[in-house]
Amino acid sequence: MSSLTKSIKSIKFGLLSPEEIRKMSVVNIVTADTYDEDGLPIDGGLMDRRLGVIDPGQKCQTCGNRVGQCPGHFGHIELARPVIHSGFAKNIFLILKSTCWNCGRILLTKEDYEKYSRLMKKYKERWPHLCYKITDKIIKKTKLQECPYCGRKQYKIKFEKPTTYYEEHPEGNIKLTPSEVRTRLEKIPDQDVELLGLDPNVARPEWMVLTVLPVPPSSVRPSITLESGVRSEDDLTHKLVDIIRINERLKENIDAGAPQLIIEDLWELLQYHVTTYFDNETSGIPPARHRSGRPLRTIAQRLKGKEGRFRSNLSGKRVDFSARTVISPDPYLSINEVGVPLDVAKILTIPERVTKLNIQEMKKLIENGPDIHPGANYIIRPDGRRIDLRFPKDRKAIAESLDIGYIVERHIRDGDIVLFNRQPSLHRMSIMAHKVRVLPYKTFRLNLCVCPPYNADFDGDEMNLHVPQSEEARAEALILMLVQEQILSPRYGGPIIGAIQDYISGAYLLTRKDTLLTREEVSQLLINSNYEGELPPPAIKEPEERWTGKQLVSLFLPKDFNFVGRANVCNKCDYCKKEDCPYDAYVIIRNGLLISGVLDKKIIGAGQPESVLHRLVKDYGTDVAKEFMDKAFRLFLTFIDGKGFTIGIDEEELPREAKDRIRVIIEEAEQKTMKLIQIYNDGLLERLPGRTLEETLETKIMQVLEEAREKAGEIASQYLSEKNSALIMARTGARGSLMNLAHIMACVGQQSIRGERIHRGYYNRSLPHFKPGDLGAKAHGFVYSSYKDRLNPIEFFFHSMGGREGLVDTAVRTSQSGYMQRRLINALQDLRAEYDGTVRTTNGLVVQFKYGEDGVDPAKSDHGKAVNIDKIIEKMMGA
Amino acid sequence: MSKFDIFKHELVPKAVVLSKEEVEELRRLYGIRKEQLPWIRRSDPMCRALGAKPGDVIKIIRKSPVAGEAIAYRYVVPW
Ligand SMILES: [Mg+2]
Ligand SMILES: [Zn+2]
Ligand SMILES: [Zn+2]
Ligand SMILES: [Zn+2]
Repeated sequence: MSSLTKSIKSIKFGLLSPEEIRKMSVVNIVTADTYDEDGLPIDGGLMDRRLGVIDPGQKCQTCGNRVGQCPGHFGHIELARPVIHSGFAKNIFLILKSTCWNCGRILLTKEDYEKYSRLMKKYKERWPHLCYKITDKIIKKTKLQECPYCGRKQYKIKFEKPTTYYEEHPEGNIKLTPSEVRTRLEKIPDQDVELLGLDPNVARPEWMVLTVLPVPPSSVRPSITLESGVRSEDDLTHKLVDIIRINERLKENIDAGAPQLIIEDLWELLQYHVTTYFDNETSGIPPARHRSGRPLRTIAQRLKGKEGRFRSNLSGKRVDFSARTVISPDPYLSINEVGVPLDVAKILTIPERVTKLNIQEMKKLIENGPDIHPGANYIIRPDGRRIDLRFPKDRKAIAESLDIGYIVERHIRDGDIVLFNRQPSLHRMSIMAHKVRVLPYKTFRLNLCVCPPYNADFDGDEMNLHVPQSEEARAEALILMLVQEQILSPRYGGPIIGAIQDYISGAYLLTRKDTLLTREEVSQLLINSNYEGELPPPAIKEPEERWTGKQLVSLFLPKDFNFVGRANVCNKCDYCKKEDCPYDAYVIIRNGLLISGVLDKKIIGAGQPESVLHRLVKDYGTDVAKEFMDKAFRLFLTFIDGKGFTIGIDEEELPREAKDRIRVIIEEAEQKTMKLIQIYNDGLLERLPGRTLEETLETKIMQVLEEAREKAGEIASQYLSEKNSALIMARTGARGSLMNLAHIMACVGQQSIRGERIHRGYYNRSLPHFKPGDLGAKAHGFVYSSYKDRLNPIEFFFHSMGGREGLVDTAVRTSQSGYMQRRLINALQDLRAEYDGTVRTTNGLVVQFKYGEDGVDPAKSDHGKAVNIDKIIEKMMGA
Repeated sequence: MSKFDIFKHELVPKAVVLSKEEVEELRRLYGIRKEQLPWIRRSDPMCRALGAKPGDVIKIIRKSPVAGEAIAYRYVVPW
């Protein structure tokens, strides 16, 4: 590649003048036909060979280049009569409105004209961005009935979309032909054009009325040959054929002196074709259609929208060196790793330059070739020639010929840095750098702790992988994007990567007071967690030696680590007994020893600020935190695996006594509801402020029923065993809630649509099973049963209604928030925080004088604050 | 007609017009041209109350939930 670099300082947009169009044209297109009987392009047709080559092997008639080289060349059509460019119709209208039809001067008094000219001159120097304001004002101000220059009376101009103009005369409206419009625009002197906001050097107003139409090169609208040998033309070519055909007819008719009416009809048809050629979705006219009835995809349609040139081809590029497949979990990987299937590793490559240090290794890779894993796919010689290692049989010889300075495109292998991504990429943690681990089978594998930042689960999710190709890219990915560098989220000052689900249950079970482990169990757990070091003395020596789970966790904490906090299982008692908490929820870590408290979501969970994980990252760095997650977390999983953690429906069974109590509660609630309805019917219900009587009744009923459900849930949880797995998960924050449990065991409760009881359905009732006007709980979606007791058909139906609303809501919300995200990103993507703390655009405009007004990086903050004074004091006092 | 002093309203931040020297210092501090500051229209109620003219720079002292007090500057443009 030649290295002639130029930097673009500015871009100026203008209009193509007819002369320019003719100058850049290589051929005047005159016939609507494209190919002759032999299938050869017709000279002067739309596929004229001078417009550029599209078939491989041929040479361009204009520039002599072959397919990849020839840029394509424009042609032109001489229009028999001018037509309005529909894209500028509005501008033409404004200009016509504010200028004299006779002499073309702006319809301002001479004083005003002077004033605005002066202002415009001044603005051009000092505030060029604001010049349009003067133009706006001038256009608003031109209301003179008579031209101050030639004294002619002025008529009001009317604009009818998309391209018609009328002049209001006392005798009636007169249509202005494009020719008339063009002559008027021609008359406007350059100085007036400038006041109207155009630069006459590059955009004379009359150029908005087309007399010559550029014909894009054939490479822009290539024809395709179908398998049957039939040629199929591009939509643009079809449209151009229409234009030429009508243009020729118009020309013939004019030459033959046809009646004005016929000429005008043809002229309008030409206008229609040119308008739809630019934009086939112009409002006010029917879109031009293909023979099949499909609307044609013309110039504007090629650019616009999600599938348009901008969003699809310019902002959304496809890339090489990438892979995509289903993801699955692997707790035996480090959080920094990604498992890459062998088949993928044999296709993705990294270019490695051969040096005297790696030449032996590279030779081995070349010998292995593309099919044996640590191998190579290509060699690039210093002269730029590529050698494909797939075909030569004697790779050994090629390996021998390898020399320093060659580049080997070798397979990716363990330890290589790759970027891993899951869509939608909503925040920066959606793309993180991982280290490769080549593994058998066909899925990408990842540590479960990185599920939250990607928002990934394994119900069929797929992810993308990209291989950086340069040393710089790899270095940048390693230092800035590596998973462990992303533990702290800039969203809130806390870790976004951390324990989830079984990690939390496991940590809780392990660190509970009643967990006592034998030497064998301890050894098994620690070896599985890659622990290297001495076994601590057992916590209990007599009668047999036993270790606590807390002791094991302590082995993975830094020796000088101190922490105090409350776990998720904390009951939030009015008076906290701290170390003596009956739930063991008060976590104290002193000098790296877990003295009291259990580990659960609040302490090691993902997205928990002020947790152990947060302190580890902030005070000891990402390496320590990563090490903790790779080792201690494995301990939790090994423990829960060995112990066994499961639920069965019989565990959610309640004793008869509990069921009776729940039934009483619900019956009471039903009676209360009936009583409320009775009061309402008697007209004795008191209206709540701001509600109608009906609304008051609804709210009161909902309150009563909700209370009943809550009470039922409470009763159910009293009968649950402390060992119940679902209860443990709910308490520790691992998964599910007490409400979920209540739904399963006690009562599902009120189903709602838009926050109200279910009213829709039949006239005056929700289902035909009920009497019209029945206001009772049952008739409006209260589900008495629990999931375990099974729902009756009516309850099931109401439950489905509520469930459906939830689904629709999520669907609507995601699309709305997706669009908002797009707009925000478009607005903010080029802003950056500079070294002086300001936030600026690329051209140096200041947006904020101090990032976030306080200059704090939330990712490095303590829950949004630059310093956590409490923690500092705690530390000082402790020391 | 009595004129309402917008600065008496609690939601309107304090603002002053900078002197030539202060503007010069500001320019040096951030290494920018005046036009690279955020703009404010001369017709903005705050500019009118201050009597700021196009080309002036005004300093705005705002209450900020995160920083207590935040300072911003605006370059006055016509209109
Ligand atoms: Mg999923
Ligand atoms: Zn060419
Ligand atoms: Zn005139
Ligand atoms: Zn407590």
